[in-house]
Amino acid sequence: MNLDDLAGRIRAAHDSHTPLRIRGAGSKDFYGGMLAGEVLDVAEYRGIVAYEPTELYITARCGTPLADIEAELAEEGQMLAFEPPQFDGVGVDSAGATLGGCVAAGLAGPRRQQAGAVRDFMLGAKLIDGSGQVLDFGGQVMKNVAGYDVSRLLAGSLGTLGVLAEITLKVLPKPVAEQTLLFAMDEAEAVARLNEWGGQPLPISASFWHDGQLWLRLSGARAAVDKAVAQLGGSPAVNAAKHWISVREQTHPAFAASVLWRLALPSAAPSPGLDGLRAIEWGGGQRWYAGEAGDAVRGAAARLGGHAVLYRAPESLRCLEGPFAPLSPALLALHRRLKKSFDPRGILNPGRLYAEF
Amino acid sequence: MTTPEPDFQTDRAALAGRLKMILPAHCLLVDDEDLRPYECDGLTAFRQLPLAVCLPESEAQVIDVLRTCHQLGVPVVARGAGTGLSGGAMPHAQGVVLSLARFNKILRVDRKARLAVVQPGVRNLAVSEAAAPFGLYYAPDPSSQIACTLGGNVAENSGGVHCLKYGLTVHNVLRIRVVSIEGEVFEIGSEAPDAPGYDLLALLIGSEGMLGVVTEVTVKLVPKPELAQVVMASFDDVARAGDAVADIIAAGIIPAGLEMMDKAATAAVEPFVKAGYDLRAAAILLCEADGTPEEVAEEIGRVTEVLRAAGARELRVSQSEAERLRFWAGRKAAFPAVGRITPDYYCMDGTIPRKRLAEMLSAIADMEHKYGLRCANVFHAGDGNLHPLIMYDAAKPGEWRWAEAFGAEILEMSVALGGSITGEHGVGIEKINQMCVQYKTPELEAFHRIKYAFDDKGLLNPGKAVPSLHRCAEYGRMHVHQGDLKFLELERF
Repeated sequence: MNLDDLAGRIRAAHDSHTPLRIRGAGSKDFYGGMLAGEVLDVAEYRGIVAYEPTELYITARCGTPLADIEAELAEEGQMLAFEPPQFDGVGVDSAGATLGGCVAAGLAGPRRQQAGAVRDFMLGAKLIDGSGQVLDFGGQVMKNVAGYDVSRLLAGSLGTLGVLAEITLKVLPKPVAEQTLLFAMDEAEAVARLNEWGGQPLPISASFWHDGQLWLRLSGARAAVDKAVAQLGGSPAVNAAKHWISVREQTHPAFAASVLWRLALPSAAPSPGLDGLRAIEWGGGQRWYAGEAGDAVRGAAARLGGHAVLYRAPESLRCLEGPFAPLSPALLALHRRLKKSFDPRGILNPGRLYAEF
Repeated sequence: MTTPEPDFQTDRAALAGRLKMILPAHCLLVDDEDLRPYECDGLTAFRQLPLAVCLPESEAQVIDVLRTCHQLGVPVVARGAGTGLSGGAMPHAQGVVLSLARFNKILRVDRKARLAVVQPGVRNLAVSEAAAPFGLYYAPDPSSQIACTLGGNVAENSGGVHCLKYGLTVHNVLRIRVVSIEGEVFEIGSEAPDAPGYDLLALLIGSEGMLGVVTEVTVKLVPKPELAQVVMASFDDVARAGDAVADIIAAGIIPAGLEMMDKAATAAVEPFVKAGYDLRAAAILLCEADGTPEEVAEEIGRVTEVLRAAGARELRVSQSEAERLRFWAGRKAAFPAVGRITPDYYCMDGTIPRKRLAEMLSAIADMEHKYGLRCANVFHAGDGNLHPLIMYDAAKPGEWRWAEAFGAEILEMSVALGGSITGEHGVGIEKINQMCVQYKTPELEAFHRIKYAFDDKGLLNPGKAVPSLHRCAEYGRMHVHQGDLKFLELERF
């Protein structure tokens, strides 16, 4: 499959008003709104186009498996610092996440609290818009403020603005040293301590609280990690690498719920007072709940200045509640105008982000 | 969206009459002598008097001004401290300047949540000063940080000497309040790690006042490192200094700052600042490590080793905070220092892949001969962002035109080397023609469609940041770039 074929498929769908459902490995079919339209399989459009370790970037096609990218980076001691889930072997129909799906969904893993989100690492994208035009945004350099920053806008857009045919991401060196500490504490204390530590120059790269236990990962220079270990106390964790993979991949039992809500909250927010707390991540900024009461969850998150995503749930429930918190009428209108500017006939992943477009 | 730039015709008296109805007298300037200080920003070569300057004191007044201008079809140019270097805040001849200078309050510094909520007219450095008692600071530090404002930083996605490790404005802003040209208020972003819907924060940051007017900014504060130390290395050869930068990155080190200055720059700076730079060196590198004392010692050790192996002739490590600041003072004062040795200078802002540095510097040396003008180079080496300072004398007839052509050639070379025409200063009015070199018709059309989604009458900062296709057609006719005539599909004037 080449770029022209891919663009041709979209052009044809545009001409015939055919909705398309863009699909890489399908590892995140569970995520977002309804899956509608003719499947546009982009998994075949794969391969690393350029990787320059000393320029700190990698460019790859959308169908490239994340596992391949991580392996290539690891050879040079580098990584995708936002630690995205690969969802390898999760679910029946999954072959491991692709780069395109990773960026389109905008999901980051445990290191998000230290390194930043997917969008923070976007340097450029080759986008095929809803009329089949190939557009180049951004580039391969770290700093580029020429034109609107469309490439970052694409992170988390769930394919509704175009197919992210080729993506350039900033990469970073792997930390020299890493160590994980364990603490026994309750929810309130975990949130308080995480925020207190967050205000100190400590090399905390991940945090995960579940069922009275807090896992804290320290990453950085050897000396900094050693000093933090001495300062923080706690007990060293065994099998820590495996633990963090289970958090990244959401195979940890904390995520096992038929209805799973993701709450993004200001990190210092107190408990939202909901039942079903499963886990706290990102220094308090990301909290997971099992349960079904949509209005109560959305309302609680909004009151604390955050929002709630119906992350995993049966499709019927996701359609009923909407996967993402509703937008204000003015913001929704702006979203529709933007959507239209990239996809005039609304053929790309309709309803995947919001039912309205 | 291929329509030419709209031709605005404003009835000045009617406009002034309407503005007087919504703003108190001390918030409105309409006389030419009062307007004069607003005719340009930091790019003084481009000047234009506006019809009026509004200095609102409340968001309600901002909304009123925008609604009025929307109704009357009058262009609006938002302005912070006016320190921008690309003419982004240059007024429109038929329009209003909307100054946010009086939005100068820090509304909240939240120690626990590590964030600050500030008005757009607050100076960059003031945020860090307010956060200092809590051991926190705001990371992006453009060299103009004592004067430039957060609103302007958001508009330009400003960087600074520490953005390799700590990111640009886009990485450090959590939320903004924005008023649309129609007077509608949007909260974009969140104090949570993300917000529902498209990442409009990423789109708005760096949009150069083209999409909305910012009335409030929430920024992330980060813990101040316990210690910072700088290694200063001199090199006999700029190419070798460039390679040393790549070697540091290849060793898995992301320094807090990694800057280069060439001989012309150190020669200009040293008599002015007395930073102790090696004046015999072809280039010097400044490499900063920060963190805990142990961490810094470890990193300085590794950096020193890499630099020595890369052929550094002399290495000095700052032995005190005073010495560290002195090493940086020269770099931060590079622009004013060059301003002392030449009547005028023109600062460029291209980015290039680091490995093309030597090629770029040798091309610039050739251009100095070609245009008969000198050029000093300071370089955010860590992230490939080059600031050549072209020296000229505006009083000499024609010299500005040569400087402008020199700059244009540098920018076009940046694109040819795989980089960008601007890393942190923005396109503004200055680099509007070079946008035609960096982007082709489909991307420019996409930018215009985005603009239209926010501002369908094209009233916010018209003529800046994104060129019309007709402008590009005209420019393409003058400059056939590498034999590739762009915008072939357009009629030529």
